[in-house]
Amino acid sequence: MKPRHKRLALIGGGLAALAVAAALVLNAFQSNLVFFFSPSQIAAGEAPRDRAFRVGGLVQAGSVKRNPEGLTVNFVVTDTAKDITVVYTGSLPDLFREGKGVVAQGKLGADGVFRATEVLAKHDENYMPPDAQHALEQAQKAQKSLRTP
Amino acid sequence: MIAELGHFCLILALCVALAQGLLPLAGAVRGNARWIAFARPAAAAQFALVALAFAALAWSFAQNDFSVAYVAQHSNTKLPLAYRLSAVWGGHEGSLLLWILLLAGWTLAVALASGPLPETLVGRTIGVLGLVAVGFHAFILFTSNPFERLLQVPAEGRDLNPLLQDPGLIFHPPMLYMGYVGFSVAFALAIAALASGRLDAAWARWSRPWTTAAWVFLTLGIALGSYWAYYELGWGGWWFWDPVENASFMPWLIGTALIHSLAVTEKRGVLKNWTLLLAITAFSLSLLGTFLVRSGVLTSVHAFATDPRRGIFILLLLVLVIGASLVLFAVRAPRVASGGAFDLVSRETFLLANNVLLTVACATVFLGTLYPLAVDAFGMGKISVGPPYFNAVFGPLMVPLLFLVALGPHASWRSASLVELLTRSRAAFAIAIIGGLGLPFAMGRFSPLVALGLFLVLWIIACNFQHVRSRVALRGGAPALLRQPAGYWGMHLAHLGLAVCVIGVVVSKGYETEKEVRMAQGDTLAIGGYSLRLVGLREAPGPNYSAVVGEVELSRDGRLLKVLRPEKRTYFSSQMPMTEAAIDPGLTRDIYVSIGEPLGGGAWSVRAYYKPFIVWIWGGALLMALGGVLALSDRRYRRGRATAQAAAVQGAKA
Repeated sequence: MKPRHKRLALIGGGLAALAVAAALVLNAFQSNLVFFFSPSQIAAGEAPRDRAFRVGGLVQAGSVKRNPEGLTVNFVVTDTAKDITVVYTGSLPDLFREGKGVVAQGKLGADGVFRATEVLAKHDENYMPPDAQHALEQAQKAQKSLRTP
Repeated sequence: MIAELGHFCLILALCVALAQGLLPLAGAVRGNARWIAFARPAAAAQFALVALAFAALAWSFAQNDFSVAYVAQHSNTKLPLAYRLSAVWGGHEGSLLLWILLLAGWTLAVALASGPLPETLVGRTIGVLGLVAVGFHAFILFTSNPFERLLQVPAEGRDLNPLLQDPGLIFHPPMLYMGYVGFSVAFALAIAALASGRLDAAWARWSRPWTTAAWVFLTLGIALGSYWAYYELGWGGWWFWDPVENASFMPWLIGTALIHSLAVTEKRGVLKNWTLLLAITAFSLSLLGTFLVRSGVLTSVHAFATDPRRGIFILLLLVLVIGASLVLFAVRAPRVASGGAFDLVSRETFLLANNVLLTVACATVFLGTLYPLAVDAFGMGKISVGPPYFNAVFGPLMVPLLFLVALGPHASWRSASLVELLTRSRAAFAIAIIGGLGLPFAMGRFSPLVALGLFLVLWIIACNFQHVRSRVALRGGAPALLRQPAGYWGMHLAHLGLAVCVIGVVVSKGYETEKEVRMAQGDTLAIGGYSLRLVGLREAPGPNYSAVVGEVELSRDGRLLKVLRPEKRTYFSSQMPMTEAAIDPGLTRDIYVSIGEPLGGGAWSVRAYYKPFIVWIWGGALLMALGGVLALSDRRYRRGRATAQAAAVQGAKA
């Protein structure tokens, strides 16, 4: 084999590895990117029905209700403008509190209830999940712009 | 007073670092031997000053000096002394101080162990390390001073984040940082080589132990962090593809590639430019990791915008280091002559494939980690890239890597025969196929992924074994094995460690069981052939927390094995609850129990996992690190040093 052919073969191999990786990345992006929606956006019908996404905001005070049997829990996530009811089965994270920030990942049911497969609350008493913070800011902005005109 | 002394030491250290960075580099350019000779004493002075500053901060913690803002934020009089001392690196400012201390330590090690190297190269290397130190000193002094005083001294500190009050924190960050910072030596050597244009086998032989040492620390640091997450976060996971984890994993991937490409550069004088680029990349990714974790962009890109000084400073540092080294690379690299040619089937090609796969894998992790940040920064919405992405992309890339790891050692340098490779590995292949297909049935359930994983693992182990056996046959009997260089055994041990780690990943993922139930006193739960009975819950006081401790009897076939005590702690200072899982570890399985929350009526939510072979993950990482240590002990790295020491003694006499 000539050196030139050898080099071509090596470069070809490297490019093939890159191409496979690129295909894998694109494919994984397509199916695994999780988008974030605030309760207001969900109320406006922007959230997808058939795809998992994240919702964030504050856990409304007094809204956490446990099913007496089993581990199912209901709570309301609010961005102060709109609310959404979330159902989750399992242990909640240590820092889950009424009135504190929370982010839930799951799917929106046809009944308008969000079925969470994962509930996230980070480990710091003053820390607000950035997604939840974002939702609150968006809602405040929206309310302001409603009042001003 | 002590805190001011520490601050003063840091300022002095910055001045020393400036001189250490500029004088030897200028001396190397102008051929001034006295300026170059300044490098070693400067490195020693630098280390002494930073160590003093570090000691001053540790002293402030030990003495509960809450007039120091950093101490007040991260400590508490009720905090046990060991945690008060490890709290030194429990926050932003202190962990940067640790970074600088380790940088000074590595620099001192270079100064002490650089005998056989030409003085100019030593001067340049220590000079580059000095410039890096200047950047970090400026960062710490101008934006993150750990010695800042509070005007109003609080009576009590805010306490260390409960998550960090754990033996894991004492060792994990120093190990990880030793690895991060250790790549600065490989980086500085690469820059020095580029600047001088001298890049020969001696340079590569000299870079190898430093790179391997840094890699060993990084491996241990990541493994410790993973184990810590496993038992401390209470969710039974050991790797979450969290940006902070990825930040340490990316330099590890590139560092692993670097170790292998350095081998090619040393033995065959090829891939020189590539090796240099990897050395630059490994350190750049270490800096990027520091930036990601320390700038606040991970909490939110907006947090970065509200306190931009720190973030922008590291970002500038990052751009400066990467930009300057890439410019130098672009100017000088074409002049670096590459050595001999090699055939398409040869050890070189296998190592090149290793490099391509590791680099591409690192690129996919990089993309998954930074893409959401970029999207957010440009205001294009909020997204998250979770473990499914990484598993879908990273897993398939590891399959060819694991397959080739087994064959690589069998291929000879320069030119290998494909036919010979195939005949030699025939038996290993048969064993791997049979085992890969058969073992999953023996474990109770067939799954294609487990079969593939076990095939690859058996393939690596069988090929390793075959390699050692053929060495015995070739060199005349078992005694020949003892004469093999330590590097040979290091390689095999590290590859074996990789296989062991994969066993842990594949089997624990394939056969784990998870149960999450409501349990009241006296309830039992069956999991993985074991039975767990909640005997009761009681209150137990801790030094700075109160806890509810569950008593869970673990038994099998009616025989009591152990009483597990998972805890739910509430820390006084922050009122923060913390889950402490209880684990019965074992070679073939872990039983993992954690208690969630009270559900009323005396019942609690309880989470239990049966995780087969999970300790093999960390055992494998430990074997990899041991392999690295073994390779480090190779005699040929020390040969030059002994003669150099003799020369140094003579020099001292004269």
